[in-house]
Amino acid sequence: MLTRNKLLAGAAALVGLSMAAPADAQGPVKIGELNSYKVFPAFLEPYKKGWELAVEEVNAAGGVLGRKIEVVSRDDNGNPGDAVRVAEELLSREGAAFLVGTFPSHVGLAVADFAKQRKVLFLAAEPLSDKIVWDSGNAYTFRLRTSTYMQTAMLIPDAVKLNKKRWAIVYPNYEYGQSATAAFKKLLSAKQPGVEFVTEQATPLGKIDAGAVVQALADAKPDAIFSSLFGPDLAKFVREGQQRGIFKGVEVFNLLAGEPEYLDPLKEEAPDGWYVTGYPWSEIKTPEHTKFLNAYQAKYKDYPRLGSVVGYATIMSAVAIIKKAGSLDQDKLIAAAKGVTVLTPFGMIEYRPIDHQSTMGAYVGRVGVKDGKGYMKEWRFVDGKDVLPPDADVKKMRPGN
Amino acid sequence: MTFASIIIQLLNGLAAAASLFLVSAGLSLIFGVTRIVNFAHGSLYMLGLYGAYTLIEALGRTPLGFWTSVVLSALAVGLVGVLIEVLVLRRIYRAPELFQLLATFAVVLVIKDIALFTWGAEDLVGPRAPGLSMAVEILGRRIPAYDLLLIAIGPVVLLVMWLLLTRTRWGALVRAATQDREMVGALGVDQAKLFTSVFFVGSVLAGLGGALQIPREPANLELDLSVIADAFVVTVVGGLGSIGGAFLAAMLIGVAKAFCIGVGTVNWFGAEIVFSKLTLVVEFLIMAIVLVVRPFGLLGKPQAAQRIAADPAPPLTVPSWTFVLVGLALLLAVPVAADRYVTILLTDIFCFALFAVSLHFIMGPAGMVSFGHAAYFGLGAYAAGLLMKRAGLPMEAALVLAPLVVGAFAVVYGWFCVRLSGVYLAMLTLAFAQISWSIVFQWDSFTGGSNGLFGVWPSAWLAGKTAYYYLALAFCGAGVALLWRVLFSPFGYALRAGRDSPLRAEAIGIDLRAYQWMAFVLVGALAGLAGAVYAFSKGSISPSTISIAQSTDGLIMVLLGGVETLKGPLAGAAIFTWLRDEVARRTEFWRGVMGVVILAIVLLFPQGLVGGLKALTQRWREAQSREKTA
Repeated sequence: MLTRNKLLAGAAALVGLSMAAPADAQGPVKIGELNSYKVFPAFLEPYKKGWELAVEEVNAAGGVLGRKIEVVSRDDNGNPGDAVRVAEELLSREGAAFLVGTFPSHVGLAVADFAKQRKVLFLAAEPLSDKIVWDSGNAYTFRLRTSTYMQTAMLIPDAVKLNKKRWAIVYPNYEYGQSATAAFKKLLSAKQPGVEFVTEQATPLGKIDAGAVVQALADAKPDAIFSSLFGPDLAKFVREGQQRGIFKGVEVFNLLAGEPEYLDPLKEEAPDGWYVTGYPWSEIKTPEHTKFLNAYQAKYKDYPRLGSVVGYATIMSAVAIIKKAGSLDQDKLIAAAKGVTVLTPFGMIEYRPIDHQSTMGAYVGRVGVKDGKGYMKEWRFVDGKDVLPPDADVKKMRPGN
Repeated sequence: MTFASIIIQLLNGLAAAASLFLVSAGLSLIFGVTRIVNFAHGSLYMLGLYGAYTLIEALGRTPLGFWTSVVLSALAVGLVGVLIEVLVLRRIYRAPELFQLLATFAVVLVIKDIALFTWGAEDLVGPRAPGLSMAVEILGRRIPAYDLLLIAIGPVVLLVMWLLLTRTRWGALVRAATQDREMVGALGVDQAKLFTSVFFVGSVLAGLGGALQIPREPANLELDLSVIADAFVVTVVGGLGSIGGAFLAAMLIGVAKAFCIGVGTVNWFGAEIVFSKLTLVVEFLIMAIVLVVRPFGLLGKPQAAQRIAADPAPPLTVPSWTFVLVGLALLLAVPVAADRYVTILLTDIFCFALFAVSLHFIMGPAGMVSFGHAAYFGLGAYAAGLLMKRAGLPMEAALVLAPLVVGAFAVVYGWFCVRLSGVYLAMLTLAFAQISWSIVFQWDSFTGGSNGLFGVWPSAWLAGKTAYYYLALAFCGAGVALLWRVLFSPFGYALRAGRDSPLRAEAIGIDLRAYQWMAFVLVGALAGLAGAVYAFSKGSISPSTISIAQSTDGLIMVLLGGVETLKGPLAGAAIFTWLRDEVARRTEFWRGVMGVVILAIVLLFPQGLVGGLKALTQRWREAQSREKTA
């Protein structure tokens, strides 16, 4: 017969079990990471080194919540369908606490939507798309990197100062290039009424016909060019333009072109005098960057690329969020992520409560050539929070959650 | 455009066409003789660039160093081509049609990872051509001297190839083999040597095309796939096996692209047309138009009747009820027995299985190979998403209506496609897929453009992974069952009759074209269903569902499982999806490992996995019965 004592004993046993359970779960805190490693290796190999360094440092300092951290990393093949599947695998099979990573915009947006559906935190590391925090923003998604809009806005003061009337534009034909172009036209027209955009070239990503494009731009007789090309497209554009002499007397602005990933391959042909956003790694002397640089070079015998900083800051952000939340509960994580501050190699950043965008900044400067290599000269650091649109505009863009 | 800019853009187009011509000429030559759709040809081009870069660094940036490097790199790539032919392709010449494509696809994966391992991930920008780094002034505009040299190289190579083909014994043999390779063999020519030499020459051309690009293009890992599609287009537009045609087509496409860029944005009757955006798709538009007007390309001739290299396809056998019921019972039990991720992976596999079975239906029994099957898969996904997001239909209605929408597309695409045959037909399907892709990719306001659509989640009662698993099983299972059933209806037999002997089929009163058209629509609608189920399982849709990569995945699944069996595509879809998931998790170089695994399967089972297993069991049974009678 079921006696009261037996019931009590059973209950006690149950309590004991449930108390014991957390002790069993004292393995590492797992962070699920997914990225398009094979599709964008030039950026993502340094990125991976960056987060591996961060994991090492965090664990050497005792981890978080009294546990070590472990990053479980997957390749999403640059394809949203695969990304959603590996994200699901990270959560349900690997028991990841939440998700970080992704590179191209469409994958980032797909995983963001998945995070909303599954109600888990997603920290988008790389995608530049403005939509990820604005038009398609959701309560579960946060984004680290300086977005397309922010980087474009950083170049605007220099563009305004030059006061050039005729602008030609060239961009890779997908969302990043389109929104960079749209933001540039909008911001410059507002600051400099009467500016003219004389021609626009949308080139297929990775397949620019550089000779023809360069010629078409020159035919429009621009005073200045705004480009958002990167990678092989940028290299081809630079070479054809220089050979054909179309950059003479024309100011060129190019998003991202100062990032070592894209600048270094150009070697002695790096385009002198271009206005770019990028990462002058050898010249940044802030204590937080020096510490990062030394640790990175000691570990890898190589210098960091921008991807390394992003990878490192991603894991540091993830850890800061966990620390602030004090638990792995999703609601607590999300609440903690709002307004969390993190010390990155680029200084202190905050994930803004209003739109979940981090205030990570970027370096703006001009390209110079020294010893057969491109570098950034006359650079300055622009804090992300100074180039974001007014709160009222952000609220209008971001759907109510 | 002023007169001067027209002339300059013409020169730009011609310069861009030079390398494209070299690559395409090699591809055309190889296809003409061996009938192999060499997917790895773009990889050879990529190796040409990387090889030239490394050699120039070693030999010095002098004119002598540069040109020696270009030639050596091309020759080295030729040797790689020979290796591929001898080690892999030679063993599978008698496999069913197109099976070699699977092998060359595996080679692409392997070469890509070898290149990544050897040269690293960073783009390698080569030097300008020493001695030719200056620009020449033409009509007040500067054009690189090297571009002018490239413009000259094209016709020179054309001339050399023409002399080789018409003035040498080797050329006579190549032409003869292009006409009728069985006959050439019967006349005592060593086919193996001939094929190897053709592969060598074709690969040298690809390598040369790549090496010559080094002053114009950084060596990078995306080159292989970006050039292979263009090379196929040029080859087909020019006419398969026709070097002159390839030359003409390369010029046509190069110049057309340059003019799209040169014209830029135009206002016609108040509408703004952005020609530069057309560069995404212009070569496929040209191909579609050329193929509709001239079914064998610009200079191609109707393909000479090839005696079939492999044995004719064996009759299809109906899958046994035991197989179906046991399989179904196991699948029904999965959500109860296995962990959550297994159901998710299997949901993917169901979608791909229906996709592969529908592709198998059209390329196997119906005899019409499709290189653009993703068109229907992707349009199905988009139709479902758009019906829900834009038309406001409930998810269930969107799922059911999506295949009908895709069927309507297939009515149009199919009408054009069934007028062609062989590789021309396959390439026209690819053209339609690419045209669909580029529209979806750029129509931001409607399809979400390059980002795609989000928030395409199933209704609440299906939101659970288990519920959706059963839905996917039901819909995809029903789709597969329907396709299999149709294959054993009079309609299905008529299709096979048409494949095996079009003349006789017509003679007994089968309106073959109408039948093939209907098959196209049926298959399109069911691939669309697969896409719709896939879309709701992911919650988002991106243009990559219509991409060449998706079409290729389908082909790989069908060929891997075996094109001559019904269960082949199922097995292929399951193994390919599972393998990718599993290998990608275990190793950084998962692409190379996948390639090696596929190569192993190709060499061990030249009829595909299921076909190979079937042959094995048959042999075993025969041996058993022989023992009994003895």
